[in-house]
Amino acid sequence: MGILEVKGVNKRFGGLQALGNVNLSVAENTVHAIIGPNGAGKSTLLNVLVGKLIPDSGTVTFDGQSVLGRKPHEINQMGISRVFQTPEIFGDLTVMENVLIPCFAKRDGSFRLHAFEQVANESLIIETAEQMLIDVNMQDKRHMHAGNLSRGDKRRLEMAMCLVQQPRLLLLDEPTAGMARADTNNTIDLLKEIKAKRDITMAIIEHDMHVVFSLAERITVLAQGTPLVEDIPSRIKGHPKVQEAYLGTTAHA
Amino acid sequence: MFGLEKKDAALLLIVAVVTLCAPILLNPFPAGSEMAQFNAGYPDLMQRFAIYGIFAIGFNILFGLTGYLSFGHAAFLGVGSYSAVWMFKLLSMNIIPGIILSVIVAGLFSLVIGFISLRRSGIYFSILTLAFAQMSYNLAYSVLTPITNGETGLQLSLNDPRVLDAARTTGSLPVTTLFGAEMRSATSVQFGVWEWQFSTGFYVSAVLMLLALYLAIRIFRSPFGIMLRAVKSNQNRMSYTGLNVRPYTLAAFVISGMYAGLAGGLLAAMDPLAGAERMQWTASGEVVIMTILGGAGTLLGPIIGAGFIKYFENIFSKINDNVLHDWFAFLPDGLNDFVVTVIAPFFGDGWNLTMGLMFMAVVIFLPGGLVDGARRIGRLFRRKPAGAKRPDAATKPAE
Repeated sequence: MGILEVKGVNKRFGGLQALGNVNLSVAENTVHAIIGPNGAGKSTLLNVLVGKLIPDSGTVTFDGQSVLGRKPHEINQMGISRVFQTPEIFGDLTVMENVLIPCFAKRDGSFRLHAFEQVANESLIIETAEQMLIDVNMQDKRHMHAGNLSRGDKRRLEMAMCLVQQPRLLLLDEPTAGMARADTNNTIDLLKEIKAKRDITMAIIEHDMHVVFSLAERITVLAQGTPLVEDIPSRIKGHPKVQEAYLGTTAHA
Repeated sequence: MFGLEKKDAALLLIVAVVTLCAPILLNPFPAGSEMAQFNAGYPDLMQRFAIYGIFAIGFNILFGLTGYLSFGHAAFLGVGSYSAVWMFKLLSMNIIPGIILSVIVAGLFSLVIGFISLRRSGIYFSILTLAFAQMSYNLAYSVLTPITNGETGLQLSLNDPRVLDAARTTGSLPVTTLFGAEMRSATSVQFGVWEWQFSTGFYVSAVLMLLALYLAIRIFRSPFGIMLRAVKSNQNRMSYTGLNVRPYTLAAFVISGMYAGLAGGLLAAMDPLAGAERMQWTASGEVVIMTILGGAGTLLGPIIGAGFIKYFENIFSKINDNVLHDWFAFLPDGLNDFVVTVIAPFFGDGWNLTMGLMFMAVVIFLPGGLVDGARRIGRLFRRKPAGAKRPDAATKPAE
């Protein structure tokens, strides 16, 4: 049984069946990619996983606990972190503060009125955050305003913010969307590095086949809201059903 | 020192010295001289500087850090004043119980209003707080007359029980005290051509303002303070980082409400009456202007903004036509009249006009407020290369 289990999930938007009977199992410590053409329901599925959308039917469990009906912050506290398509960071804060916030969230839970303790005295947390910045090679930018970073650095920072919480599952929503080839390769290297360094499960939703095949250990192909196939990368590549979904070479095309 | 970083401790120390010397610093012109009308060193006005400073410091914790623009903070000021006056009527003329009660009541009041208003953000939040404040104002003005004494305002009377002071009742209305030291008592000191007034009321307000500033600095530099700035920066990322945004904003709202309550209680402690007009929306707007004028999100800005506005309101407004005629007496008669006619709308009762123009100028040219202006001037003199200065996000002015 996987750490993340999606069973029989359906989601309708009016007349559109966005997700139809989706079953998915992400095994612990693997990189699982979810791919599919535009409109296949990838984003809807992700939004269900993070508690943003509640499906019409079906169950989603993380480590045996249902995630349905929980708020995003509760789901994060369960151990699921999310990287967005466009990096979501605290642009008005410094890079260091950006990494400190998830550290505090991890230690203190979703709310704590620590109004009289001083950040400067939290040496343990500062050390953790600094180590994380070294890991993603951003230590020399720690006093910069995060909003002034380059796009690639914003992506690195966002990943650092997720990883510093040591999540059990990292959800990545098209982490290389809109990136130049060089940046894409950097991101791939970063993710590989992360994977090599720690035990982490990743679920990647991605368009870019280059990224998917460089990282994924298992791939699920979605089309029109239903999983077509799930297999290891080498067998996905030449799979006739996948070719059909992407290229539409059958009679009804 | 006091658990603060060196830089912040220095800042607090400077403010403390300036505040405690205010009766001297604010009276730079010799008594009786032509310029004496610009002296601000009289107790009544200095108290206002300190009290509205507290009000603005508190407002800045909400607006400057989280970016939530409350347009109803005067309601908490008013509630604080009413609570304090009731304490003077029922319990004792000692200001301590009155001030404590005003902070508690304002805190509870802001908890209720904040709980409802914070369901929305942006303009909807502002409108909700404005609506609640206007509601409070109207209630205080009419329906709640038994508690607020309606349009007359809540005042002391000889028949009040004043349980703790009963033995000391005399024939006249009692005055507010701090363990016997009367708030209104002042010592006048003549020094050469200068005359300085040191009043108990001002020093009580000043010490409380310094305490309020100290707490604000601690909050700014705490993990909680970072969370509040995170609210302003990106709520989406915040909730996906495992943080529940609502209690953070509510806590900030209640803290700033309590600051307003403290200010309201102090206003009543200096002059034991409370009227509904203290809750009117113009009073809420005033604190917004104070904070933005001084520099939202900065530590000193709100105090400077509050001082600026109160100075204008009390000093600038006294420059009437006669004074203007005096100033331009060197001009020939006709020209004198002409010049005075042209500039008169900006002085005296027209001080609001000048204030408004200045506010516009600050918002357009100095979005970081007066503090930002001072910083720019400082940078001009130091001529440091732009990159050499470490950006310090905590004191960076809000957009």
